[in-house]
Order: sequence, then structure tokens, then C-alpha cells
Amino acid sequence: MELATFLIQLLNSVQYGLLLFLISSGLTLVFGIMGIINVAHGSFYMLGAYLAWSLTQSFGNFWLALLLAVPITVLLALTLEWLVIRYLYTRDLLYQVLLTYGLILMFEEIRSILWGDDVRGVSIPAALDASIRLTDTLSYPVYRLAISGLCLLVAASMYGLIQKTRIGMTIRAGSVNREMVQSLGIDVTMLYRLVFALGVTLAALAGMIAAPVSSVFPGMGNQVLIVCFVVVVIGGMGSVKGALIASLLIGLVDTFGKVLHVEVAGVHLLPELASMSVYLLMAAILLWRPEGLFGKRG
Amino acid sequence: MPPSHSAPGRTAARVMLQIALLLALACLPWFAEKYYVQFVARILIMGILAMSLDLLLGYTGLVSFGHAAFYGVAAYSLAMLTPAYQAAWFWTSFPLAVLGAAAAGLAIGFFVVRTHGIYFIMVTLAFAQMLFFLFHDTRIAGGNDGIYIDVRPDTTILGWKPFDLERYDQVYLLVLVLFALVWMFLRILLRSRFGHVLVGIRVNEHRMRSLGFETFRYKLACFTIAAALAGIAGYLSALQFGVVNPEFMGWHQSAAVMMMVILGGMGTLIGPVLGASAWMLLELGFQSLPVAGSIDLGKHWQLWMGAFIVLTALLLPSGLLGAWSALWRRLHHQTPALDADDPVAKP
Amino acid sequence: MKGATILGKDRAPVLATQGLTRHFGGLTAVNDVSIELMMGTIHAVIGPNGAGKSTLMNLLSGDLFPSAGHIHLEGDAITHCTPPQRSLRGLGRSYQKTNVFLPLTVFENARLAAQSRAGSSLRFFRPVLHEATINERAQLAIDAAGLGARSDRVVATLSHGEQRQVEIAMALATAPRVLLLDEPLAGMGAEESSAIVQLLARLRESHAILLVEHDMDAVFSLADTLTVMVNGTVLESGPPAFIRSSAAVQAAYLGGDENMHA
Repeated sequence: MELATFLIQLLNSVQYGLLLFLISSGLTLVFGIMGIINVAHGSFYMLGAYLAWSLTQSFGNFWLALLLAVPITVLLALTLEWLVIRYLYTRDLLYQVLLTYGLILMFEEIRSILWGDDVRGVSIPAALDASIRLTDTLSYPVYRLAISGLCLLVAASMYGLIQKTRIGMTIRAGSVNREMVQSLGIDVTMLYRLVFALGVTLAALAGMIAAPVSSVFPGMGNQVLIVCFVVVVIGGMGSVKGALIASLLIGLVDTFGKVLHVEVAGVHLLPELASMSVYLLMAAILLWRPEGLFGKRG
Repeated sequence: MPPSHSAPGRTAARVMLQIALLLALACLPWFAEKYYVQFVARILIMGILAMSLDLLLGYTGLVSFGHAAFYGVAAYSLAMLTPAYQAAWFWTSFPLAVLGAAAAGLAIGFFVVRTHGIYFIMVTLAFAQMLFFLFHDTRIAGGNDGIYIDVRPDTTILGWKPFDLERYDQVYLLVLVLFALVWMFLRILLRSRFGHVLVGIRVNEHRMRSLGFETFRYKLACFTIAAALAGIAGYLSALQFGVVNPEFMGWHQSAAVMMMVILGGMGTLIGPVLGASAWMLLELGFQSLPVAGSIDLGKHWQLWMGAFIVLTALLLPSGLLGAWSALWRRLHHQTPALDADDPVAKP
Repeated sequence: MKGATILGKDRAPVLATQGLTRHFGGLTAVNDVSIELMMGTIHAVIGPNGAGKSTLMNLLSGDLFPSAGHIHLEGDAITHCTPPQRSLRGLGRSYQKTNVFLPLTVFENARLAAQSRAGSSLRFFRPVLHEATINERAQLAIDAAGLGARSDRVVATLSHGEQRQVEIAMALATAPRVLLLDEPLAGMGAEESSAIVQLLARLRESHAILLVEHDMDAVFSLADTLTVMVNGTVLESGPPAFIRSSAAVQAAYLGGDENMHA
């Protein structure tokens, strides 16, 4: 593999990894703080992408679409929390999985009714529609770099929020000991509502900014959800740092799995089995550390 | 109720009732049309699958979100053991398919039963998805489009053909017989030492370990047995449909079985079967909804199914059986007995 | 009588620890604890709350692994054995916080315990109901723990004291040689309590018992040896009379703490 190709794939894997981090950090936060497993998390990724497509169609401007889509998602998350999610706080994991799975089915059908079942494309916003030439034949799209940049920005502001602000302090305390937060006289209901909205919005935001490169299609949320599960299993449930490292790891394995050619005894292993490679990575980590890289050890 | 406490007369009556029900079901092909016979066969197949999941979910407390993987492995096994335009031999393909599912269960179980709670849910789903991609992305068995079973398995032994699987009514009877066998097997299993260990693990795994049980071993055995039983359902499904595709092991299938078990009532044998029946009927009902205005209600049946799941999870935590016994208690002005609230309490 | 039992037994310790230490982050919950437990004796560990008694129990049963130090059971190193392995080697334990199978009956609880001693439970066909040895052993343990009349009751419906007795019945049904009892008398009424004290006195004959208990009357009437722990370390260890007269113990502990006279 040439250096330029390698560089391109490396940038691709970092971009994919950071996007995964944006989604999975929401999943891991919601679990770590609220103790809720939200299987419908991927549906918000899909929702973000469809909102980006639909609003760009209506207003002709991707950035305006983004600006409108974020508050819509926040509102939706708050409504959903109030309607159903809040009844899950005291319930068994099994019922959390079931209920949020029911939500997935509903979201998919509502998506089908509102936007149909066709694959849609969102054009890259004009300001970022350029490429950086690496060699005579190879170049790298600016928009992909922008995705990575935006993800890093979000990650940095999340770090700031969690480490430096009062609400972040509450979140940190909540992820360590839920009862303690309650006894500190903090409004837990409000905290949960905010965390849920934050988690959901992160997933939707990822869907919005990914839309121009990944296209918009039915079932896109489920695909990403299961990869996020792998991220969380590898990184350790509830650990944002673990989610970051696991996301980048999976970005690397997945991207290079698809471009490398590996043949053993005449049987093609890669890229044919690329989609299995992240699961094999997960299996290996499970043997080594069943609670994930940064999970709490029993 | 542990068997020691129920009068022998009642046990006998219960067995008689079960045999009578079985015989009644066996008569179905003689007075029902093909469509209904096949529909009941599908319910029974789903019943086997749901019972096998209940062994994990309701008895052992292992919330597997990837149980369809084993159902799919057995279905694919039959498809791949069937030569083009020829029949596989039933007496080898059936055990091989079930063994295949058991082997997949053993291999996946080796990794997943190390984990607990939320991890277990996610990891079982992820491994099932891995198998899904194996069949979806590679050409080993038709990829995304799936693979057809042109000719159904042949049952001839030394020139004698005990039953003909090209006939829908005989497929139905085979399904019924296997359903009854799985039921009996689980009844016996749950009363054995092994069955008691499973319940102990669900109630308090930590205590089981401090009593000297290496729970890993028992959970792995349980996972493997459940996979093998799911394999029976998968084989029968492939046999009935004549086609296998990756959706057999997709997560929607896994979630559907889980829903059947919870809908009916976990930790009982009849619960999952009731749940499977209710689920299939609901699916049929929602699919035949009319077109209202610009929206085809039937085409979007999953919307109603989703809403139904959400409502069930909120309102019926102990399933149909639990709701029924709560209603029964209220009607008879009984104070709730502790063990009745938890149908899983007694093996 | 105590003296006679001790003299009659083997002098090699059944259970021994050397330098057992456990850190939790910056906190050292158990610090360099070396104790020995003889067959036919009751060795009580006392100390104020937070002294590390429960952590010590967890280290011995394998629920926690030590940061440093060794544990030997009948001469074999078991420091790295899992809880099931230790249990099968003859270490039985009861928990401070009742840790039983609440939705099952008393009999089913004891039967699971007894089943753990009857070889592999990878047996799929024969009903447990017909396994005479297991059922007899379970019934014996229930009777020994004084729960004969409660055999068919669901444990969750029993009183707190009775649930503690279930703990003991389960520990007994595993036929251990070493019993680790973590506050067996906690929350019991006077009558239940004295029944358990009598039971422990009987069990002493054929067991080595490590007892963590706050009831000082019971401790001083039962124990052959006492170890006093404070802040994770052993303050003093010896026969009851020695402990009672120890100046260090008086100063640190027996004098002021309300807990000890409960």
C-alpha cells in the first residue's frame, strides 16, 4: 500500500471512528447515568440524517437545515422521555430493551410514511465541497476532514461540559453513584431528562453531518446501533473515554478490513469478512477483559 | 407448585388434558384448509423457538438478544445440505442441523456467558449480527437473496418412507411431534439437577458460586441446549418455507421471539407457546388492516406492532399468564401469594 | 470443656492466612492479617464497624482477591482459587446481608446447597425429587438449623431471623469443615439467638469456625480464640480472658464503643 493511499485510509478510519464516538458516547452516557439501555438510539441517528435531507430540500441550505434539526431533535427527545422513557428508570433491563425496541419499529414505519423507502442523497455544502490533492491521482475531500473536525469540537465541548461545569459535576457524580446525587438534593428528574436529550441529540447530530457522505437510507440506524454496542462492550459501559478509544479502534479495523487483501491457503479472508472483523475484535477483548477496556471491574 | 405438593390425581388430569390437546391438534389437517394448517405449524415452530429462549430468559435469567442466530444456523444447514434439485436425507440432515446450531451455541456461548446483564444483551446481539453478516456478505449461501431448498428432505429408510415432507399435512404432523418432544424434554430437564441449578443461577448466581457451583459451566451448557432446540425450530422453518435468507438470524427475529416469551409469561412452558400464538395472530391481524386515506395501515403493520410492544412493556410486566392470574386472584378476592407474583419462582 | 476439645484435636491449623492485605484505591481495608483457625475451635473476629472484618471474610471465601498475602486451607494454597473451588474444598460461608434464594422454599434452598456436594449437576433427566441422598442431606441441615417446621415455606415470607437460619442451613448442607459465619446473630430475637449459639457450640466439635459477630455475650461464651481488628490491622489476638484484660483492647475499643455491648 502506498503512503498516500495509506494516509487516505487512515483519515477515513479516524473520521468513521470519531463519528461512531459521537453516537456511542450518547449511548454510554444514558446508560452510565440513567441506567437505561436505549436500543432505539440508532433511530435518532437515522432521524438526524432524514431531517438533514428533508430540511435541506425545503430550505436549500444544509447549515440552515442543521440549525433547525437540532432543536427539533431536542424537543422530540424531551417529549419521548416524558411519554415513555421515564417509566423505565425502575424497570428491569429486559423491559427497557423491549420498549425501546418497540420504538425502533415505530420510528422505522413513521419514517417510511413521512419520507418513503428510497435511498436519498444530501449534497455536500458548497463551502466544503472541495478536495485536497495528495498526489497526481489521489485527493481527499474537505468535507470528511470537516466531519472529523466537528466531531473533535463536540468531543472537546463535552469534555469541557463534564469536567468544568456544575451540571457536568452532577453528571460525573451521577455516573458514580446515583443515590448520592439524589441525596445531594439535585433534581434527578431534570438531570435525567437533560442527559437523555443530550445523548439523543449527539446521535442525531452524527446522522446529520454524516448524511452527505453516507447517503440516507432505511435501516441506517440499526446498522450503526449494533456497531455502537460493540464500541460500548469494548470500551466499557458508561465510560466516555472507553467509547472514544474503542470507536477509533473500530474505525481502524473496519476501514482497513475493507481495503486490505488477506488470503490464507487460497481462501479470501479480507475484504470478504471485513464486516465480521469488528465482532472478532470484540470477542478477543471479551476473553481478555469481560467488562471492557475501561469498565468497572467487579 | 413443586410436584411433591400436587395430588397425583391432579397431575394425571393435567397429563390427560395435554394428551387430549395434542390429539385434537393432530386431527387439524382433516378438517382445516392448507392455509390454516400451515399457519398452526408456524405457530408451533415459533412455540419451540420461544420455549428454547425461555430456558435462557425465564429459567436461567440470561437475556439473549441473539437467539435467532441458532435458528438461522440450522435453517442454513438444511439449505446447504440439500444438493441442487435433489433432496437431502432427513435422518442425517436433521441431526446435523441441530448439531450445527448446538456447535454455534457452544462457540458463541463460550464468549457471552462470561458477561452479565447489559453486556450479555449487547454481546449476544453482536454475535448474532456477526453470523448475519457472514451469510449476508459472502456467497457461501446465496448472500442477501438467500438460498432455496428445491426439494424437501427425503425420509426413506431401506425403501420404506414413513412420511412425505412434500405434503404440507405431514410436515405439520412432524412439527407437532417435535413440538411435543421438545415440551417433554424441557419438562424433564427442568425437574432434574441441572434444571434446579439453572433456577438457582437466575435467582442468585453469586450464592450459587459460593455454594460450589461453577456457574460458567452450567450457563454454557444451558446456552448450548437452548441453541440446539432453536435449531429444531430453524430446521422445521426452512423445511416449511423452502427458502432461507439472512433475515432468519436477523435481530428482528431475535426480538420477536423475545417478545413472544415475555408476552406469554417467562419461566413457564405454556407461556412462550401462548405468546407465540398471540404474536402470530397479532401480526396477521395488523397485516390485514385496511387502507385509510393515503396510508396503507396493513403495509405499516410494524407501526402497530411497535406500539403494541411499547404498551406491553409498560402495562403487562408479567405477560398474559401473569395478567390472567392477577385477574383471577382479584375475582376470587385472594391476597396475592408471593410465589404467584413471580411465576418463575418454582421450577 | 473447651480446653479438652482443643487438646484432643490436631494442632495444625485448618485455615491460615499470612500477611493478608487488601487495598481499595488508597484505602487499606485489610492490612497484613495473619490468623490461624484450628479444627474443633471457634475463632471470633471482633472490631468496630469498618475494621475490615467483612473484607477479611470476603478474602477468605474468594469473593475478593487479596492485594498481597497467602491463604492456606489444610496446607494447600487457595489464595487464587475461585469461590466455587474453595467451597468444594470444604469452606462454607454465611453472609452478613442475608444472601439466599428468596423466591424458593427453605427446602429448595437447602437442597441446592446439598446438590453441590453430590457430584456434577450436569444431569439432565432424573428428577431431583428422586435423589434420596440430596434430599436427606438437605433435610438434615434444615433440622440442624432449627427450621424443621418451616421446610415448605418460601424464604421471602420468613422473618429476618429465620432467613438467617436458612443461611446457616445452607452452609451446613454443603458439609464444610471450615465455617465462615458473618454475623449469624444479627437481627435475631433472644430466643432464636440462643438457639443458634447452642447450635454453634455443637458444631464446634467437628468444624473449624471463624465467627464475625457483634453480640459480645455470644462471642465471649463461644470463642476459644479472639482476634480484635481495628482499621484493617490485628490489634490483639488470644484467648477470651487475655483479650478481656488486654490494655490495648481496653483503650482502643472495649471501653467506649456502644456497638460492643449491643
